[in-house]
Parts: sequence; structure tokens; C-alpha cells
Amino acid sequence: MVNPIKSYRNTFIILTGVLLLIFMINISLGSVYIPLKQLFLAFIDGEVEKESWKSILLDYRLPKAITAIIVGSGLSISGLLMQTLFRNPLAGPYVLGISSGASLGVAILILGASFFGATAASYAFSSWGHAIAASLGAFLVLSAVMLAAIKVRNTMSILIIGLMFGSLTASVISVLAYFSSANQLQQYLFWSFGSLGNLSWNEISVLLIVFLIGMTFVILIIKPLNSLLLGENYAKSMGVNVKRTRNFTLISTSLLTGVITAFSGPIAFIGLAVPHLTKLLFSTSNHKILVPAVAISGAIIMLICDSIAQLPTSEYTLPINAITSLFGAPIIIWLLIRKRKITY
Amino acid sequence: MDLKTKHIIKTSNLSIGYSSKKNVNTIAANLNIELTEGKLVCLLGKNGIGKSTLLRTLTKVQPALCGEIFINNNNLKALNSIDLAKSLSLVLTEHLPENNLSVYELVALGRQPYTNWVGNLSEVDLEYISKALEQTNTKHLANAKYYELSDGQLQKVLIARALAQNTDMIILDEPTAHLDMHHTIETFTLLKKLAKEFNKTILVSTHEINLALQLADILWLMTPSNFMADTTENLIENNCLDQLFDSDLISFNKTLKQFTISNSY
Repeated sequence: MVNPIKSYRNTFIILTGVLLLIFMINISLGSVYIPLKQLFLAFIDGEVEKESWKSILLDYRLPKAITAIIVGSGLSISGLLMQTLFRNPLAGPYVLGISSGASLGVAILILGASFFGATAASYAFSSWGHAIAASLGAFLVLSAVMLAAIKVRNTMSILIIGLMFGSLTASVISVLAYFSSANQLQQYLFWSFGSLGNLSWNEISVLLIVFLIGMTFVILIIKPLNSLLLGENYAKSMGVNVKRTRNFTLISTSLLTGVITAFSGPIAFIGLAVPHLTKLLFSTSNHKILVPAVAISGAIIMLICDSIAQLPTSEYTLPINAITSLFGAPIIIWLLIRKRKITY
Repeated sequence: MDLKTKHIIKTSNLSIGYSSKKNVNTIAANLNIELTEGKLVCLLGKNGIGKSTLLRTLTKVQPALCGEIFINNNNLKALNSIDLAKSLSLVLTEHLPENNLSVYELVALGRQPYTNWVGNLSEVDLEYISKALEQTNTKHLANAKYYELSDGQLQKVLIARALAQNTDMIILDEPTAHLDMHHTIETFTLLKKLAKEFNKTILVSTHEINLALQLADILWLMTPSNFMADTTENLIENNCLDQLFDSDLISFNKTLKQFTISNSY
């Protein structure tokens, strides 16, 4: 009998092609028009008609596109892991308050900087400082939600607990904001709008390193995640170390959500919507297929959202969060109405 | 006792129950059970008597209060989770979480204790999966999503998953709780076939007493005061079945070999 577990090779090839295409489109779009030919020239031999074009491409558009890819993949993978672990189709880094936890970490760093004195303040604005604070915040909230999830089996209660943690961290941030200077407040506010741009190559390498560490943990739990599809008791009976799987999920989601939120602000709906769209496309629950598929789809959708956000041919850029919500919320509503239920 | 006899399950002075810091709640004590291969065993007892607790203890989901459990002559305490998964497989009552798994993928998950770190299926794995689908007569369902199945079909698929795990013993917790009479009988005859033809030891907790009396090789009876394990004939002979329910409503009819409603109601 032939193994009927599909490999989806063709779908993957098409998806990767789409990713490359969107990547090129994303880079070619912006307030300054750069001819396609010059675009290729800039990457191939570095000879471009105008020096400013090269600088726009290499110092602004390329880092932004790479950031979009990492952010889209990372958040979508986090969402996928949470949906499987919490057996909850509505789980995601934003919904469960993980992004809020990361925000709290950054808020304490930016808004609370005056409390810690000058040394802490100077450290606070380094990229590693942001990343560590946000990951710690994400880790704290996620651990709390997981502890609650062990006690409370009901999936609806877990969502509500996540929402409550979100409100809790929001209120702590408001208190911090109340005592902050206008300057700090503005800095925090701009960060919280979400943005993929303005990352130096240095910051991108931090983002990439942490992303790769997080993804390593994800790859290690692909097999146990599949058995968790039958529930914890079945997973245990098949020799799966559920505790280890839970811890690895905790580590990887905190790292991914934490570092991404640190650099690009809390980004809504990507983590929730992309896994569902991917499952619709691939119609499987096998994580060996889903993990790479969700990563590529997340990157594609984030690049599309970013292309829309920069309002091609105009000089305005919309906050990325507005676009992801505009795109994500209707998709979830549509999925719920179309299937009357969503699986994970 | 013959030393060479392979005991699929053996317990010595086993006590089961729950213990907390304050008190110990013993459900059954001094259980000495021996089970050899190729037997269909039905665990009978009224609601709340502790059937699930016994199964949970035997499968290492919860610890024994005292005493020892041996699976394939290995002490349960010393078995790691992978070796245990290669010795016994489960079919549980709980609802499966909603997802997109196909029947084939679900059955293939039974191979997890044997596959490599990323779960790739080898030729051997594919053979076991194929065999499990054949034995349960579910091959035609392989490409269906499991949520499209009827309860009866799903139960067979879950048994196929346990078979793919290739264990000497399969433990089922009330597998026919949601099934109609036809599918209940179908499930039980399937289990009987697996025990008889493929030498599996099958332990089923169930409320289908009349079916158990007809099909089981061995019955385990749990009553508030007692635990009895013996062949059906011996238990009937010794009037043990009357103790199962301390009720005036039903009684065991020795000639019919089944429970009937008492005339005195």
C-alpha cells in the first residue's frame, strides 16, 4: 500500500515562488520609483544609475522586507504552536496576552527607565536590551497562561484567562505611562503602533539569531506536537514527554514573540489568522507539513501587508497593525461563518 | 508456577486509590492479578467502583498506593515511557480534539514510539499501519478525515491506531459507550478476533455485561469488598456474579447465563 500521507511538494514549490515574487514586488514599491532593472543591478553588481537608489534599496527597503519575513514567519509559527498546545483554534500570541507581556517588558524598559538611573537607561535602548525585556515579558505571561491551562481544561476559560492577562499588563503599562515624561511616552507610543522599518542591519542580525534559536526548538517538537493532536493522554500513551514538549513550546514562543515584538511592536492577527489560512490551503494537521508551510505563508502575508501599508506611489506609510487587523479580523469572521467552526 | 510463562500483566499486593497529604483513599487493596497472552478480559463493576482507577494505575497514568506491577515481566516503575508505549496501547473514552487528521494519519500516529525524531515512516511502519487497517477492516476509510466518521467507524479506527502501536496488550476504557447494539457487538467480536487470531491480550472495561459473559475469556469483577478474576465458567459456578450489583432490581440467572430483571420489583 502506498503511503497516502501527501508530501505537498508542488504546493511548496508554488508557495516559495510566490514568496520570491512578493519579495521582489515589496522591494520595488515605495515612495520613490525605482525601475525594475535597476533593482536587479543593485543586487547583482552594485552598479546603479543613482547612488540614492542604492541606499534606499540596501539601507531601507531590503532590511524592511527581511524584517517582514522574520516577523510574519515567527508570529505565525507561535500561533500554530499555541493552537495545538491549548487545543484551541482561537489561540495566538496576541489573543493570549503574550504580545501584551512582551509590551510590558518593553514598557518597563522605556517608561521605567528613569527609575533605574542612567546606566539602565542607556542599556535600555540597545537592541539586546529590548529583545531580552520583551522575551522575559512574553515568557512570564505565557507561563502564567500555561499554569492556568494545566488547572483549567476548558478551552474557553483559557482564552478568557489570556484576555485577562492582557488587560492586566495593559493596566500596568497605563500606570507606568502616567508617571512618564512626554518624551518617553511618545517613544513608547510609536513603538506600540508597530513598524517593520527603521531596523539597522545590526538589529536584524539580533532578530535573526533569536528567530533561529526559537525555530530550532520548534523543529525538535514537530513529532510530539502531532501526537498531541489526539490529546495529552493519547500522547503520553505513545511515549511522548508532554512536559518537555510544553516547555519547548513555552521557550520557542516566548523567544519568537518576544524578540519580534521588541523590534516591530505588538502586531495583531498574524499569529491567529495565518495558521488557519495555511490549514485551509493544505488541509492537514501534520506539523511536519504545517511548520514550513505556516512559516512561508506568514512571510508572504506579512510582505503583502507591508506593501499595502506603505501606500505605493504616495509618501505616507500606514501603521502596520492597522493593515494586519484589517486583513486578519475579516478572515477569522469569514472562517467561522463559512465552516460554522474552525479546527486546528 | 512455570517460570517461562510470559505474564503480560502481573501484580503483587497492589493497592490502588488516591493519596493526598491529608489522607489516603484506598479503592482496592491486595490485588494479585496474572494475565497471559491472547486473552480477552472484561473488567466489570458498577459505576464509581474504581474501574478507571485500576486502568489508570496499570497504565502508569497514576501511581500505585503500594505493591508492584509487572508488564511483560518488567517492573512498571522501571519502564521508561517509550518502552511502556511499546508494551501497551490505549483506546480512551475521551473526545478527540478537533483537527484535520485523516484516518491514515491518525493510525500512523500509533507508530510514534518507533519512528525517528521527526516522525518519518519507514517501510516497516507502513506495513504495520496497513496491517492494522486490514485487521480492523477500515482500509476503505484511510483517506477520510476522522471527524467524518460515525462513532462505530471511529472506534474501529482508534483500535487500528492501538494495533499499529504493535503492543502485546491493548487496554480499552468503555469503548462501546456511545454505540448502538450492532456496533457494540461488532466492536466486541473484533476484539475477540484480535485476541484469538493475533494473540493480543485485550483488557476492556465495560458495562456490556451480557456480551462480556458470552465473549470474554476472563472476567475481572470489582465489587466494594472484593476483586475477583477468573474464567467466566468458574465465576458463574461459584455464584460470584450475584455480588456485582447489591441490588434487588436485577439478579444473575445461572441457567440463562445473564442478568435479568428480578421478579420482585
